[in-house]
Amino acid sequence: MAIETMNKPGLAPETEAQLAEAVRDAKGPLCLQGGGTRGVTCDGDVLDTRGLSGITLYEPGALTLAAQAGTPLDEIEAALRAEGQRLPFEPMDPRGLLGTSGAPTIGGVVAGNVSGPRRLQAGACRDYMLGVRFVDGMGTVIKNGGRVMKNVTGYDLVKLMTGSWGSLGALSEVSLKVLPRPEAAACLLVDGLDVAQAVQLMAEAMGSPYEITGAAHDPESAAGQPVTMLRIEGFAQSVAYRASALQAMFGLHEVRVESDPEAVADTWRRVRDVDKLHGRDGDVWRISCKPSDAPELALRLQAEAQLFDWAGGLIWALLPAGTDARERLGAYDGYATQVRGTGDLPMFQPQPAAIAALSRGLKQRFDPRGILNPGILV
Amino acid sequence: MQMPAPDSTVLTRKARIVERLLSVLPADAVIHDPAETRAYECDALTAYRCPPLAAVLPATTEEVAAVLRICHEEGVPVVPRGAGTSLAGGALPTADSVILGVARMNAVLETDYDNRVIRVQTGRTNLSVTGAVEENDFFYAPDPSSQLACAIAGNIAMNSGGAHCLKYGVTTNNLLGVTMVQMDGTVVEIGGAHLDSGGLDLLGLICGSEGQLGVVTEATLRILRKPEGARPVLMGFDSNEVAGACVSDIIKAGLLPVAIEFMDRPCIRATEDFAKAGYPDCEALLIVEVEGSEAEIDEQLGLILQIARRHDPVELREAKDADEAARIWLGRKSAFGAMGNINDYMCLDGTIPVSELPYVLRRIGELSGEYGLEVANVFHAGDGNMHPLILFDANAPGQLEKCEALGAEILKLCVEVGGCLTGEHGVGIEKRDLMVDQYAPDDLEAQMAVKDVFDDKWLLNPAKVFPLAASEARRMSALAAE
Ligand SMILES: Cc1cc2nc3c(=O)[nH]c(=O)nc-3n(C[C@H](O)[C@H](O)[C@H](O)COP(=O)(O)OP(=O)(O)OC[C@H]3O[C@@H](n4cnc5c(N)ncnc54)[C@H](O)[C@@H]3O)c2cc1C
Ligand SMILES: Cc1cc2nc3c(=O)[nH]c(=O)nc-3n(C[C@H](O)[C@H](O)[C@H](O)COP(=O)(O)OP(=O)(O)OC[C@H]3O[C@@H](n4cnc5c(N)ncnc54)[C@H](O)[C@@H]3O)c2cc1C
Repeated sequence: MAIETMNKPGLAPETEAQLAEAVRDAKGPLCLQGGGTRGVTCDGDVLDTRGLSGITLYEPGALTLAAQAGTPLDEIEAALRAEGQRLPFEPMDPRGLLGTSGAPTIGGVVAGNVSGPRRLQAGACRDYMLGVRFVDGMGTVIKNGGRVMKNVTGYDLVKLMTGSWGSLGALSEVSLKVLPRPEAAACLLVDGLDVAQAVQLMAEAMGSPYEITGAAHDPESAAGQPVTMLRIEGFAQSVAYRASALQAMFGLHEVRVESDPEAVADTWRRVRDVDKLHGRDGDVWRISCKPSDAPELALRLQAEAQLFDWAGGLIWALLPAGTDARERLGAYDGYATQVRGTGDLPMFQPQPAAIAALSRGLKQRFDPRGILNPGILV
Repeated sequence: MQMPAPDSTVLTRKARIVERLLSVLPADAVIHDPAETRAYECDALTAYRCPPLAAVLPATTEEVAAVLRICHEEGVPVVPRGAGTSLAGGALPTADSVILGVARMNAVLETDYDNRVIRVQTGRTNLSVTGAVEENDFFYAPDPSSQLACAIAGNIAMNSGGAHCLKYGVTTNNLLGVTMVQMDGTVVEIGGAHLDSGGLDLLGLICGSEGQLGVVTEATLRILRKPEGARPVLMGFDSNEVAGACVSDIIKAGLLPVAIEFMDRPCIRATEDFAKAGYPDCEALLIVEVEGSEAEIDEQLGLILQIARRHDPVELREAKDADEAARIWLGRKSAFGAMGNINDYMCLDGTIPVSELPYVLRRIGELSGEYGLEVANVFHAGDGNMHPLILFDANAPGQLEKCEALGAEILKLCVEVGGCLTGEHGVGIEKRDLMVDQYAPDDLEAQMAVKDVFDDKWLLNPAKVFPLAASEARRMSALAAE
């Protein structure tokens, strides 16, 4: 599906000026694309951003990195790794879940505000965004923010652009705050809890001073039984100290500690990429909620398979094709996205009238012709 | 700094406007006697003053909505106000405006430790948010130095930071949801106790919008468990360059202190005279604080001291107990008071890339000489947020203007080296006219387009953030449409 669109010849600018020209000259809708890994298409000519590639600035001592939007995520992660740093918000690799190929770009990650398990403690992609350059729907180049960590000069269009799924502008360059990669990591594992018990345990862990950077629950692990996972990261001594402090805290439960770096990394990669739903028939939904509501929402969802991340605040659910998760969920404090699905349910949850009016107003201002990724978000 | 001339048609309708406000608020919540409106004539940028037409102190979101509907219908500008501690003139009224103060809205609405959130009315002070959860060992992370006085309302509007934001982020990173009233009285709920709201990030847009997009009445804030402990070290160096290099090395080594504060010699001397914290007499001083258990603190400080020793410090002082920790912080915390004691001062707030620190400090020294005004530097070194303090005498004719001119030069310098005009205090009126140095006309146009969407008549805090010339057409057409 997405692959065909990707192969259609389209516009492939290599500079910001060419990107601006392509938008300015467009006669109809444009479908912005980075690596094309998102697996959903929109009508219109493909505007491929991968020609805008390369890291433009990296100062490890200032924790800042800037790159053109089409830079492959891999290239950025390799550069950071070489300096012992990383993108703290842990963007997922969506290819397995969505059955797509291609190489994710930093622009696609920013456009989707893609964040993984560490979002719980460290924040989302938007929390690390320092600056953007983009081309609005009329072909005007606009910049906002910059390359410094603290900046309140004017409105924060950086956050507005992050997570706007290309509906307000085509990103040409982004700058981000990065963080050190910790020396060590460990994973605490508790077997056999039901969802309510797991959510309670994760809440207690999050309410401890031990800086949990991942808290997830898999009701049906590969071993066939429920497993609850907590991650701690930092200097080796500190990780060991916190692991034993947490073990003591949860004395009632059997707590296993995994401290082999590869095993820990693999566990959290599988949570991040939702491995357990790969290759399974049905629709995949992603529900952001209040963690303590997760057990009740899970009952309402009646999913065929599910994974709880963010201490319960993120539910990945597999539902029979065509099921409307929003209908099953009813009223609650949160937001449901159809990440993979057939049928004509909207991918993004419809917004309350006043919010929708503001969003449409912004779309109208930034893209008066309505040509950028029409119908995706606004 | 200029403010637009008040709309005379509003001034002549004062009695009617006050009467309408009194129809939706209790009598003691509408302040219109010129002797009393004076209390709202300025914020912490006291060089600029102007009493408003009236000030209102609503107690609920519904009352805020009722006030805004009336002002919208009457075409009256509204200036939202929290505690009035803005250093940028953000809460400065014009004579034709109504000050909408949220000071009476200071309740805690919900505390939820399981989900680690607190919901408050925005008139609540920053420190009292932590106060509400402290007994359970939780805290609200953003900690501006003004935290005893400033309100969450102003924190959200300015996206305020604090000494500990290197680790915990600024307001926008700790804000999960708001209830906001638009200028036409529409109440919107944005975000909530869940993490990702989907849709456009309106929450991120509202945070830092300086009271120009809506009046925020309630907020859901992230609260965190307190660390087991914290401990600072003090380091003195022979030059700003060396201190700067030491900061960079600490960060590169993978350490993430909660705070790295920097003071230069003029600042060290002034605070030493004032607070007698026992600081060494040196060119540059760093205070680095780390958190964790005793053992974790020892481990991190061990590494930090190792790095510091490679830079030939003239002094290294580790706090051995709470008392010594307090003494290390004493000078830094009284820096502003110390300056106020010597002189009037203007506090700047530009941010620079950390790598430019030595160059920028040298240039500031040169500029200070050229203008004949002393500048002391104290700032958050980990994130490059500078606070140059320009000392001047407000009573000497021409000194304020000279000080403002030097301030403008320093801020332009920040922009020139890749930084920005303001890291945490906001643009307000203070940096309004310098926006053209940081942003091209198209960049400003895009920001003003956002205001058009939220407040098409440009009635909310209209004369702030954007250069008056840039916003004039919009402010005027809104007037003409009345
Ligand atoms: C419905 C859905 C939900 C998802 N939810 C999550 C999630 O919750 N967490 C997660 O980690 N991952 C999620 N993903 C995956 C995420 O989208 C990808 O990791 C990321 O987009 C990869 O980048 P890419 O270059 O392949 O982007 P693409 O697939 O090419 O594009 C992704 C989106 O960004 C836009 N875009 C791309 N480049 C630009 C640009 N330069 N300027 C403006 N817009 C641009 C595209 O138009 C498209 O809307 C989701 C994917 C889908 C389809
Ligand atoms: C001694 C001192 C030290 C300081 N230290 C710091 C510091 O360390 N870090 C820092 O970031 N700042 C600092 N500040 C600046 C100031 O305290 C912050 O900007 C603070 O957030 C302002 O809050 P306030 O409630 O006093 O807001 P006000 O001054 O009342 O208003 C500030 C802005 O917010 C808008 N506003 C107020 N209420 C609302 C509302 N309900 N809805 C929408 N908009 C609203 C106003 O219109 C105005 O534009 C300091 C100030 C002083 C005087």
